[in-house]
Amino acid sequence: MTATHALPPQAAATRNGTPPWPVEKIAVLDLHKSFGSIEVLKGISFTANQGDVVAILGSSGSGKSTLLRCVNFLETPDAGEIIVCGENVRMRRRRDGRQAPADPAQLTRVRTRASMVFQSFNLWPHMTILENVIEAPVHVQRRPRKDCIEEAEALLDKVGLAAKRHEYPAVLSGGQQQRAAIARALASHPEVLLFDEPTSALDPELVGEVLKVMRALAEEGRTMLVVTHEMGFARHVSTRSLFLHQGRVEEEGASAEMFAHPRTDRFRQFIQRSQS
Amino acid sequence: MEKFFSQSQEYLPFLFQGVTYTILVMLCAFALATGLGLILAFMRVSGIVPLAWVARTVIVVVRGIPGLVTLYYIYFVFPDFGIALTAVQAAIIGLGIAYSPYMAEIFRAGIEAIDRGQTEAALSIGMHWGLVMRRVVLPQAVRVALPPYGSTMVMLLKDSSLASTITVADLSLQGKLLASSTFENTTVFTLVALIYLAMSLPLTAFNSWLERKLRRS
Ligand SMILES: Nc1ncnc2c1ncn2[C@@H]1O[C@H](COP(=O)(O)OP(=O)(O)OP(=O)(O)O)[C@@H](O)[C@H]1O
Ligand SMILES: [Mg+2]
Repeated sequence: MTATHALPPQAAATRNGTPPWPVEKIAVLDLHKSFGSIEVLKGISFTANQGDVVAILGSSGSGKSTLLRCVNFLETPDAGEIIVCGENVRMRRRRDGRQAPADPAQLTRVRTRASMVFQSFNLWPHMTILENVIEAPVHVQRRPRKDCIEEAEALLDKVGLAAKRHEYPAVLSGGQQQRAAIARALASHPEVLLFDEPTSALDPELVGEVLKVMRALAEEGRTMLVVTHEMGFARHVSTRSLFLHQGRVEEEGASAEMFAHPRTDRFRQFIQRSQS
Repeated sequence: MEKFFSQSQEYLPFLFQGVTYTILVMLCAFALATGLGLILAFMRVSGIVPLAWVARTVIVVVRGIPGLVTLYYIYFVFPDFGIALTAVQAAIIGLGIAYSPYMAEIFRAGIEAIDRGQTEAALSIGMHWGLVMRRVVLPQAVRVALPPYGSTMVMLLKDSSLASTITVADLSLQGKLLASSTFENTTVFTLVALIYLAMSLPLTAFNSWLERKLRRS
C-alpha cells in the first residue's frame, strides 16, 4: 500500500481556498490493535477528506478512543496503516515484537498536524491559560514567542476566554477549561482536529458552550474527527458518521442519510437507545 | 549555668572547626545524592527495560547496605583497588551513594504522581520525551517531591556524623575529642546537640516555607 491516493496540499489549493476535488487528510487502512490478548480494533478502515467532520459513534468499549488515539499515535497500532495529511507514518519492530514509530521527527510532524482535545481537558496546571496555548508553537515549533502570544490571544478571544488568559486552569469551570484546551489544540496550526468525548466530563449546563465552539470550527471547514455521545452534534453538525461495534466499522456514511435511514439493526438500536 | 556559659566560650571555636566539615560533607553528599538519584529515577521511568532493571537493582543493593558499611568500604577497601581517597572525599562519595536510592525513589514517586493525561497532552502536540519531562512533568513533580526531599536533607545533616567514623574531623568527632580531653561530657555534648539543632531547625523552617509557597502558586 502506498500513499499515492493522497494529493500534495499545494496541488489542492485553489484561489478561493476550496479545492475542486476531495483532499484526503486522514486515511486509516486495516488497523489492528490489541491490549494483551484482547483485540480492540479488528481491522478498521476509513478516510476523512478536508472539511469532513466525522462523528465516531459506538457503545462503550467499542474502541472509539483507541481508534482516535492511534491516529495521534498515543497508542501504537499493531498492524495497518495510518496516513496523516499524506504522510504514511513509518513503523519499526521493537525487540519485544511490538511496533513503534520509526522516525521521531516524522512523529512530531504528524502529531503537530493532528491536534487532540481530551475528555478530561488535560491542561497543564502549572501554566496560565496563555502559557498553555503558546507551549506547542513556542517549544515544539519554535516560532517567535511574540507572534505566538499575539496569535494565542486571538485564539482565546475566539473561544471567549480573552479575559481569562492570565488565570491558571484550576480557577476555570470545566467548560472554560475545555475551550482553552481547544485553543491550545488550534495553536500549532493543525490540519485535523481530534476530539475524544470533549463534553462527557462536563456538567450538562456547560456542554452547550463547548459544542458551540466546535460547531463554529466545523463551519470554518475544518477537518475534525469527533468521538461523541452527543447525538445532536453527530446528526446535525457532523458531515459523516462512523459507527463502531466491537472493534469493527458496522456502518458509515453521510450523517444525514445514516440517521434518516440506518442500514444496520445495531445502528438503528443505537440511535433509539440514545434518544430515550 | 554560669559554668556552662564560660566553658562554652572556650569550647565553641574548637567545635565550630568541626561544623565546617559537617556542612561541607552534608552539602556535597546531598548534591551527589541528588544527581545520582535523578539519574536512577530517569532510568526507572524511561520505559527502557534494561535501564529500569539496572536502576532497580542498584537501588535495592545500595539500600540494603548500612551507610556506615558503605563508608568503610570506600575508605578502607577502595585503596586495595588503587583508589585512595581522603577521608572527606570518601565521606562525601559514601554518603552520596548511600542516600541516592532514597533520592531516586522520592523523584520517581514525584514523576509517577503526575497524571498520565498530562504527559499525553504534551506528547500529542509533538513533544519528545526530554521536553515532556522538562516542560510538563518535572515542574509538577517538584511540588510532590519537595517535602520528602527537604526532610532527606535534614536526615543527611544528622547522618553526616557517620563521617567521623572514618576520621573526618566533623562536629561530632570534635565533640568526642573535646569530651575525652576535658571530661566535661555534659557541657560538650549539650553544645554539640544544640549546634546540630541550630543547623537543622532553619532547614526545616526553610522547607515548610518553600512548601507553602509552592502550594500557593
Ligand atoms: N490501555 C489499555 N489497556 C488495556 N485495555 C484497554 C486500554 N485502553 C482501552 N482498553 C480496552 O479496550 C476496549 C476499548 O476501549 P476504548 O477506550 O477504545 O472504548 P471506547 O469506545 O472509547 O469506550 P467509551 O465510550 O467507554 O470511552 C475496552 O474494553 C477497554 O477496556
Ligand atoms: Mg472512550
